[in-house]
Amino acid sequence: MQPDRTAELSALLDRRILILDGAMGTMIQQRRLSESDFRGAPACGLAGHAHDLKGDNDLLSITQPDVVRAIHDAYFEAGADIVETNTFSATSIAQADYGLAARAHELNRAAAAVARESADRWTARTPDRPRFVAGALGPTNRTASISPDVHDPAARNVTFDELAVAYHDAAQGLVEGGVDLLLVETVIDTLNAKAALFGIATLFDELGARLPLIVSGTITDASGRTLSGQTPEAFWNSVMHAEPLSVGLNCALGAALMRPYLEELAHVADTYVSCYPNAGLPNPMSETGYDETPAETARLIADFAGSGFVNLVGGCCGTTPAHVRAIAEAVASIAPRKVARRAALRAAA
Amino acid sequence: MRLSGLEPLNIGDDSLFVNVGERTNVTGSRAFARLILADDYAGAVEIARQQVAAGAQIIDVNMDEAMLDSKAAMTRFLNLVAGEPDIARVPVMIDSSKWEVIEAGLKCVQGKPIVNSISLKEGEAEFLRQATLVRRYGAAAVVMAFDERGQADSYERRAEVCRRAYDLLVQRVGFPAEDIVFDPNVFAIATGIEEHANYAVDFIRATRWIREHLPHALVSGGISNVSFSFRGNEPVREAIHTVFLFHAIRAGLSMGIVNAGQLGVYDELDPELRERVEDVVLNRRPDATERLVSFAETVKGKAKDAIEDLAWREGPVGARLTHALVKGVATFIVEDTEEARAAVAARGGRPIEVIEGPLMDGMNVVGDLFGAGKMFLPQVVKSARVMKQAVAHLVPYIEEEKRASGEAARSKGKLVLATVKGDVHDIGKNIVGVVLQCNNYDVVDLGVMVPAQKILAAARESNADAIGLSGLITPSLEEMAHVAAEMQREGFTVPLLIGGATTSRVHTAVKIAPHYAGPVVYVPDASRAVGVATSLLSDEQRAPYVAEIAADYERIRKQHLSKKGPTLVPLAFARANAFHADWSAYAPPAPTFVGRRTLANVDLAPIAECIDWGPFFQAWELSGPYPAILDDPVVGEAARSVLAEGRAMLKRVIDGRWLTANGAVGFWPANAVGDDIVLWTDESRATPALAWRNLRQQAERPPGKPHQCLADFVAPVGTPDYVGAFAVTAGIGIERKLAEFTQAHDDYSALMLKTIADRLAEAFAEWLHRRVRVELWGYAPGEALPNDALIREAYRGIRPAPGYPACPDHAVKAPLFALLDARSAGMSVTESYAMWPAASVSGFYLAHPDARYFAVGRIGGDQLEDFARREGISPDAARRRLAPNLG
Repeated sequence: MQPDRTAELSALLDRRILILDGAMGTMIQQRRLSESDFRGAPACGLAGHAHDLKGDNDLLSITQPDVVRAIHDAYFEAGADIVETNTFSATSIAQADYGLAARAHELNRAAAAVARESADRWTARTPDRPRFVAGALGPTNRTASISPDVHDPAARNVTFDELAVAYHDAAQGLVEGGVDLLLVETVIDTLNAKAALFGIATLFDELGARLPLIVSGTITDASGRTLSGQTPEAFWNSVMHAEPLSVGLNCALGAALMRPYLEELAHVADTYVSCYPNAGLPNPMSETGYDETPAETARLIADFAGSGFVNLVGGCCGTTPAHVRAIAEAVASIAPRKVARRAALRAAA
Repeated sequence: MRLSGLEPLNIGDDSLFVNVGERTNVTGSRAFARLILADDYAGAVEIARQQVAAGAQIIDVNMDEAMLDSKAAMTRFLNLVAGEPDIARVPVMIDSSKWEVIEAGLKCVQGKPIVNSISLKEGEAEFLRQATLVRRYGAAAVVMAFDERGQADSYERRAEVCRRAYDLLVQRVGFPAEDIVFDPNVFAIATGIEEHANYAVDFIRATRWIREHLPHALVSGGISNVSFSFRGNEPVREAIHTVFLFHAIRAGLSMGIVNAGQLGVYDELDPELRERVEDVVLNRRPDATERLVSFAETVKGKAKDAIEDLAWREGPVGARLTHALVKGVATFIVEDTEEARAAVAARGGRPIEVIEGPLMDGMNVVGDLFGAGKMFLPQVVKSARVMKQAVAHLVPYIEEEKRASGEAARSKGKLVLATVKGDVHDIGKNIVGVVLQCNNYDVVDLGVMVPAQKILAAARESNADAIGLSGLITPSLEEMAHVAAEMQREGFTVPLLIGGATTSRVHTAVKIAPHYAGPVVYVPDASRAVGVATSLLSDEQRAPYVAEIAADYERIRKQHLSKKGPTLVPLAFARANAFHADWSAYAPPAPTFVGRRTLANVDLAPIAECIDWGPFFQAWELSGPYPAILDDPVVGEAARSVLAEGRAMLKRVIDGRWLTANGAVGFWPANAVGDDIVLWTDESRATPALAWRNLRQQAERPPGKPHQCLADFVAPVGTPDYVGAFAVTAGIGIERKLAEFTQAHDDYSALMLKTIADRLAEAFAEWLHRRVRVELWGYAPGEALPNDALIREAYRGIRPAPGYPACPDHAVKAPLFALLDARSAGMSVTESYAMWPAASVSGFYLAHPDARYFAVGRIGGDQLEDFARREGISPDAARRRLAPNLG
């Protein structure tokens, strides 16, 4: 397990805007890997797996670690301070779709190790710019506060307890693999995120140590709400108990449409604020599936930075190392958002 | 403290008092407990909705009832509420004395809730454990002033226990001080026991102490407890709550669990009552309790049987007119209107000034109160009645003046309203007409069953500014689209308003608006009609409003296009997965006769005993389950009043024999033939009397659930089975009375009579169904069910009605009426298969013990073609008949 680097990260965040990486899925898709690539070498034990595995990107941390490592390297090279592990869907719940629930822990541990190795190499190369690994915990394909059955609004296809256990186990793999932070991201249903935070808190209790957290929600449409219906401020109120190092928004609308919601969040959150949007709205006709060029995304994010909304920025779906490089250059000379602490309300006199 | 539901609720030092709704609590609300115990969660959710609508900023949810699986009930209720955005927008207070129930609740809410409560009752270790978990689940907590020694009941004990809990939470758990809410125990005062006299004072002092000594912590309390000894005397309880809150809030009380509808205004309390209550609350004199008790006797029941207070007659005439309009009092309206007219005339003014001045001022007050949700439809319709009577008095003077000057009165605009061809339902349309007229719109009401050409001719002739269409049965939806297309063809540009129970925004956007280039707007209920009309007929607002609606409907159309709807299985598959009754183990009972019988002039009194009042309130646009609606803090008063007048109307109808109840009922040998149910002319089962083509569910079903069709409940050929049929009405003779009311400018009574006739027709059907089960078919001779069980349909057999979800095709009503010879009972069906008189019910009887109602839902093209083939009509004709089931 890595030491708790909260103090080091806070010092950096007070000094400048830190850079997150861009899309993992977009980069993997460009490789056009085959079913047998996804299954990997015989030693991976998947040659005879009954279920199709093509498209299970998280599996590549085991079967094609070089592909994943090269993508991390490309993002560090482009100027990222923090890369996310290739574990967006690596919980046992999401992996159940591929019949790989039992290997979830292993996937997380392997993905963390690949990213750790890459980060350590880049830190050794530029010791004045330490690189970090954030262990990604995605939303899962089942939601705890939305009914899957129109005839029974009280029905749920996953429980809080099941989610908490799955996230606990995923986080355990990530911690064992050597991540510096945990990132609960692309939150479309805050109850799932709360279960993840519960599982993580339980894990920290067991370990007797903790790592810094980032929580990142997703505003899914122009209603300005998460899929489960919360406004950005309501979302913050729901996750603030985890005392994350940073809270923010990612994915979905792209930067242009995200602005008012990011502004709202930046206004209420007494912690660092992050933002890593998609490269615009999806466009199935485009090569990466998204339209925005690196220059466009960078211009929009520089506007957020100039408005004092953000401390960490990067890209989500459709962004590439070129986008990250452009973003890093665009915000390099802009001061980070100042955090107004409400600490007095936490530790009473 | 930062809480959230779907939206944030932040409570700080400068926040106003926060109301926590107390009625979703089985220990505090008998109505809620009854619903939960009866498994009526839909009704329970309605209570939550009303709480929030009434202004509750947090809802307290408590399921601590011995007869309940509290954990399961908490989970189910919170999961249901999560799907209701107008409730889920506020945070929840998860209230239980059992930790496991609290924990189950914490696992259901995405927002930041408050736990109510934790305490030191079980010792420090358990307190710290629970507090740690509360924090981990992301909740704030109410901490009761309770420790190992018991509930803190003095000022000193409250301070001591709260201080200890605070230090443990903040120092040992790292619990944010701002997330702590102390409940220093509200106990009953004026109990006659000496030690209780200072309870309120101690609570208030403890509140002040907490706010001064425990930084950032908040204070809450269950307010109703304080007045417990006056239960049954609502005026006094309300006064005690009001006074207690007034002082506690000044001392720093941040929130309280209250019935928001039961709070008064401190300054408006009767001064003598307030003084005596204050003596008790503040423990100001030793005889305070006796003095309040003796005074309370005089107050008791005052609210209930208020003697008519005529003090308002003392005011100036303008104020009297406003009062009469707002309260709906017609007693003095003619003399007051005349007084106003005479005064205007004396200074050389015109009679129209009485309308434009004092009467419109009064109606504006009504409009504002209605818009703000402080008045309800029945009251507004009464106001309209008063207004009409005032205007009727003035009309001769205005006509006289017009004749002299040749000038017409100004109105805000003119609307033509009609129930479309083939449909006879007009209660909603009439309400819209009344509400528009109240707001100074001219309304040309063309009545029911109005063909498109007549609507357009009337609109052209009267130079209408807009057309409003209404309808209840599903074929009317097609007719509305037809009217829209005709408006387009004839070059109309005025707005088209769409309303009625089966209409919707989606239907309007997808199926009607594309036929007409002018504005088409869906009006969900009467209260919106004025807003829509105002926007559409205002020069400034019209363009942006129309653009906004157009964009909204375009978005809906896009969404609708992209929505796939349920996955359908092939018809053959659905049939293979039919419900299979075991016909070898079941002998279908034979009825006491075969063929039809007439029911003429049936006594209304026993029928009236079967009335289900629930839908009556819906007709009056008052939402909430009956009887809980009568105690509702928001609409309760309006509901009680409209029910009282409904019962009075019912009595007049019965005593005066205003309505005649006729009908026909019959039984025929019957068998299922595929998905058809064939009724045979006689026991030879050779000649069909009626072939009822039924539809089968085709949407994907959960494993083990059949694709249902009503034919599954009737035995196939080979097993002798029977089916019954009926058509009943309680609307014979209604026209004459309606004309009398309309003549007297009394729309209120006309509407009331129609809603009562509808209730009677439904009750007639219920009453007849029971006779069928017990006597005429006789398969349940020993059945003895009370009325509420009838309403819940807790009996064997069903009576599906054509046009309802289990058999959505209306067209079978035509052969059904022929088979029953319903014409001899004075009943008929229109070309769109609406029944006449409107207050009618018809359907079939199925007796199989497993027969249940269900919804056919979406069907596929294969079933549509199959249906057309069976019915011998073209696929296009079938498509029109089954449009609502085709998506």
